[in-house]
Amino acid sequence: MDKHASGPRHDSAHKHVTGEAIYIDDMPLLPGLLHLQPGLSTRAHARIISLDLEAVRAAPGVVCVLTHNDIPAVNDVSPTGSGDDPVFAQGTVVYAGQAIFVVAATNLAAARHAAALARVEYEDLPAILTIADAREAKSNLEDAQVMGNGDAKAAINTAPHQLSGHLRVGGQDHFYLETQAAQCVPGEDNDLTLYSSTQHPSEVQHLIAHILGRSSHDITVQVRRMGGAFGGKETQAALIAAMTALVSHKTGHPARLVLDRDDDMVLTGKRHDFEIDYKCGFDDAGRLAGIAFDMASRCGCSMDLSAAINDRAMFHMDNTYYLNTAQILSHRFQTNTVSNTAFRGFGGPQGMIAIERVMDDIALYLGKDPLEIRTTNLYGGEGRDFTPYGQRVTDNVAPELMNELAQNANYEKRRSEVRTFNANNQYIRRGIALTPVKFGISFTTTFLNQAGALVHVYTDGSVHLNHGGTEMGQGLNTKIAQIVAEEFQIDHTCVKITATDTDKVPNTSATAASSGTDLNGMAAQRAAQTIKSRLAAFAAGKAGCAIEDVIFAGGRVIADDKDWSFPALVKEAYLARISLSSTGFYKTPDINYKRKTHSGRPFYYYAYGAAISEVEIDTLTGESRILRVDILHDVGKSLNPALDIGQIEGGFVQGAGWLTSEELVFDKAGILQTHAPSTYKIPAYSDRPPVFNVALYGRGENTEDTIHRSKAVGEPPFMLAISVFSALTDAVASVGDYKTLPDLHAPATPEHILHAIHSLEAGEK
Amino acid sequence: MRDTVSFTLNGEMVSVQNPDPTLTLLNWLRQTRSLTGTKEGCAEGDCGACTVVIGSPDAPEDLPPWRAVNACIAFLPTLDGKTVITVEGLAQNGKLHPVQQALIEHHGSQCGFCTPGFVMSLYAHYRNEGVVDDETLNDVLAGNLCRCTGYAPIIRAARAMYDYPKVEDILLASATDSEMLCLTMTDTLSGTEKQYFAPHNMSELAIIYAKHPDAVILAGSTDVGLWVTKQKKVLKVLIDIGRVEGFANIEKTENGLMIGAGASYAAAHETLEEMYPSLGELIRRIGSTQIRNAGTMGGNIANGSPIGDMPPPLIALGAELILRRGDNTRRIALESFFLEYGKQDIASGEFVETIFVPNPVPAGRFAVYKVSKRFDQDISALCGAFSLQLDGHKVAAIRIAFGGMAGIPARAKNAEAALLGQDWNETNLRKAMMALGDDFTPLSDMRASAEYRLQCAQNLLLKFWLSDDAPYLAKEVRHG
Repeated sequence: MDKHASGPRHDSAHKHVTGEAIYIDDMPLLPGLLHLQPGLSTRAHARIISLDLEAVRAAPGVVCVLTHNDIPAVNDVSPTGSGDDPVFAQGTVVYAGQAIFVVAATNLAAARHAAALARVEYEDLPAILTIADAREAKSNLEDAQVMGNGDAKAAINTAPHQLSGHLRVGGQDHFYLETQAAQCVPGEDNDLTLYSSTQHPSEVQHLIAHILGRSSHDITVQVRRMGGAFGGKETQAALIAAMTALVSHKTGHPARLVLDRDDDMVLTGKRHDFEIDYKCGFDDAGRLAGIAFDMASRCGCSMDLSAAINDRAMFHMDNTYYLNTAQILSHRFQTNTVSNTAFRGFGGPQGMIAIERVMDDIALYLGKDPLEIRTTNLYGGEGRDFTPYGQRVTDNVAPELMNELAQNANYEKRRSEVRTFNANNQYIRRGIALTPVKFGISFTTTFLNQAGALVHVYTDGSVHLNHGGTEMGQGLNTKIAQIVAEEFQIDHTCVKITATDTDKVPNTSATAASSGTDLNGMAAQRAAQTIKSRLAAFAAGKAGCAIEDVIFAGGRVIADDKDWSFPALVKEAYLARISLSSTGFYKTPDINYKRKTHSGRPFYYYAYGAAISEVEIDTLTGESRILRVDILHDVGKSLNPALDIGQIEGGFVQGAGWLTSEELVFDKAGILQTHAPSTYKIPAYSDRPPVFNVALYGRGENTEDTIHRSKAVGEPPFMLAISVFSALTDAVASVGDYKTLPDLHAPATPEHILHAIHSLEAGEK
Repeated sequence: MRDTVSFTLNGEMVSVQNPDPTLTLLNWLRQTRSLTGTKEGCAEGDCGACTVVIGSPDAPEDLPPWRAVNACIAFLPTLDGKTVITVEGLAQNGKLHPVQQALIEHHGSQCGFCTPGFVMSLYAHYRNEGVVDDETLNDVLAGNLCRCTGYAPIIRAARAMYDYPKVEDILLASATDSEMLCLTMTDTLSGTEKQYFAPHNMSELAIIYAKHPDAVILAGSTDVGLWVTKQKKVLKVLIDIGRVEGFANIEKTENGLMIGAGASYAAAHETLEEMYPSLGELIRRIGSTQIRNAGTMGGNIANGSPIGDMPPPLIALGAELILRRGDNTRRIALESFFLEYGKQDIASGEFVETIFVPNPVPAGRFAVYKVSKRFDQDISALCGAFSLQLDGHKVAAIRIAFGGMAGIPARAKNAEAALLGQDWNETNLRKAMMALGDDFTPLSDMRASAEYRLQCAQNLLLKFWLSDDAPYLAKEVRHG
């Protein structure tokens, strides 16, 4: 057993390895089940002149073909009520891959065969595909947003040194291994039960009621587990579920839609790609006096969550650094591409990589170690604790965490070894970088920071638990079972969590923003505490002692001279007619945020971490690879170190993929060319760092009153991978003798690295 | 003649009468047998979520008997006579297999969707008693994508898999000698009549192919599988060469190696690596273990792809093909097989029977470099192969071939001309690099731009020149 394996294992681990875990497409086939295949647009922007579905309807096995005409109430599944996410295109298509119709057939092969028989005549319209196109056409989804404090321009201009630069950051496909999937089963009164691979069952419920013109209480949504999600099933799942609901509504049959991988990749949204310009002014030590960012993102064809995502990019332009005076301008561009959506980090990574680029730029300009520049600019010290949005940073552990990591991983010595290696090698170069992470925890849309839970204790002492969060692999159910078991002082295996269900816990928020455990854990704890206090009162009455003197420990309940096993007490309490069921509710305290001015306290607290990556590049081909990674990450007081480390390792590698091999390529007509694993390359097994040291920050403890003083861990580690990009920058910079910032953009594919090398060799920047 | 496909599934004999010849094993398992542990992640053999293990009672002795393959692109009839094991077959009497136990205890699953595939890849390796060093595991698991864990706990589990108590394993079914499998059925969706033949010997193959010259030759189905799952093609006649006796033979002759076109990459790997180490490293990076277990040397050539990885090195080495039609054979240089994009020098009813790879020449040097966005399991942006013979300082012979630079894998004749008979020095080398610009006008696509391809091709030539001194990044750091 190695040191990492501490903490209860994932509650489904046994089922994962035996193949018994049920995903949507593994559910037993119900009688009359229809299989669905959507028909997708092949044009980025076009009027539909004619839609001939006769051959589709006549094909073998086809039961029905639905278009926007078949939607009873509203043709929209937009998550924020913006009304711009039709289930089926109506009149025009606004991206290549948009759904136009859906075929339902008695088997999947028949549905797919039939869908290909549609004849669609298009009249092409001018398409805005890129950030540059959109800038030119002023195609904004909403007004450009400004966040900042003070006169940045003046601060920059009066500083001893100025630099400006430009960074392009590519998007990313979620590539959850289980594609989007849903199954709808009609019941009495034509009520519908949906099994959806979604992070947001309540939203699926509400949107399906909305498109059908029904009430929410007619629709039930259940989620046992997802085969990965990463933000991709926060809003995007609704469209898939909607199609199954429409078919069930129309036919009275159960309906299943599991997207083919290629369809999934063209139909559903991805991480936003960004272009960021910066100007900064700083002193001889590299300390920032002022900075101005102008950033633009490609949001795609609709609003989706783009406003909040771009806001979060703005919130993370500071990362761990005090920016003094900053002005952040953010453009949210509408394009004729798939509507980009939530993806682990939710804009944060794109903001953070920009300020890290600035740090690298300053370091190269001043001829200093980038770590020195980073350290100099950290939050801390007199008056250096306010973010550009006005939140005071009170829990800053970045300085000591970074220092501890640098010491433990021998940063200084290894950096000098890298320099020596590069001096002795012409074609193979190495680079090293330490980058920190400070990630704001809370939904920035304040009302979303609430959660509910439902706990039942049965008369045999077993505990059944439901909460509003969804299980997508992160081990949420395991952690929450631990929390409830801790309250009752029973073994966590006595606590069973089943599928998330809108008829058990209503009006939930998405399992997103890393908040799953923070919110639902607290709600579950409160539900358990309610029952526990009833049991304690009952036990105190029996023993004739004070309630405070009742002790729950080691599976037993002790009150004065009385002593029960937990099940025995529960049984007695039942017979005494004590309620053994309770809901729990939690809302995050103390947060407030005014979007109009982009100021306030959007975050309850921050999660911190730092990583050192060492990389190697081949300057003849631009190929790269990670040699070693050391991570120190703050999860507060860990609820489950094994699961937390799993999130850190997984998040890091996913982030490294975003910044290296994962490249979304659209052709000139706006058609995605990388829509399957044969062309879109997520990290494979041998891309993991061969030396991968991950540690939890030992002194970590949340200063806020979170569940057992833990910290959220889903998203923050993703951004540790920015160290890979900085290390690659360092390696390429060696070609120019560390005098010039390489013209390197993300993802740093072999082609982009070779381009950066050639630019340096040509003396360009 | 026989119309029933028979094999063992998790130890139980099953027979399927006249299945659709292009029904995939994955769909059959999931839809007909309700064995849903095997997952579809991509339906193109890239993600490994559908990995199952196949035992071949008649496998050559020098090959491990258990192979991990992608069920999503394996057609059901090709399993005739095999031993098929899925994730549901591992636990015995309620006891988990050591591989499963190791994954659980090392927190090797998060969302769990890819997990059955990892279990099966590791299981095949376990059954073959493979070593669990990092380098070997890189190969064993290159074809299994995981999006959650970052692979770290999986390697911890893999290293420990032999530490757990053994369970009873499903045995290899014995080989059955039987009549030729011939299937005929009418496809309900397209109304097409479909036929499938699995000839047992070369002459049967030749006769059937001559009779059905439009038939698709099915070898490992790592390409043909995608015609069905991705391009939705309806294949009327399939001739499965998997059971043709001797078609997968690899024979050392005085002048070189005779590789049966039906030999899998896995089967040819070791022998070719002994002759040309650099070629061995290339083969290691073709597809994944699952793909190399199924895909064949002949298929990689016969499909005429401009980005197949075998043609460039084999062209550079002066390999030849033996083509057969009926009883007639002819022998041609591999480079002349590729005529233009999508067109090869192969007549109707003719097939690739054997690939001849000449022995290394004295004072010769050979290297091949594959460049792709991702190191393992990626299709090359370009692949450059260089075969050089020096006479003192002078270039006595040089053959340079590239894939990904044109519509066909092709030699760089101008670059070769710039070097032939010249001193092997940097000045001439730089001239040859320039000449490459006259050899190729590559395309831009999702894998790389034309500019990058050309620049990189030139640099690969430089890399070859530096060869022994210049470290090859991938090799050095991957195996360091």
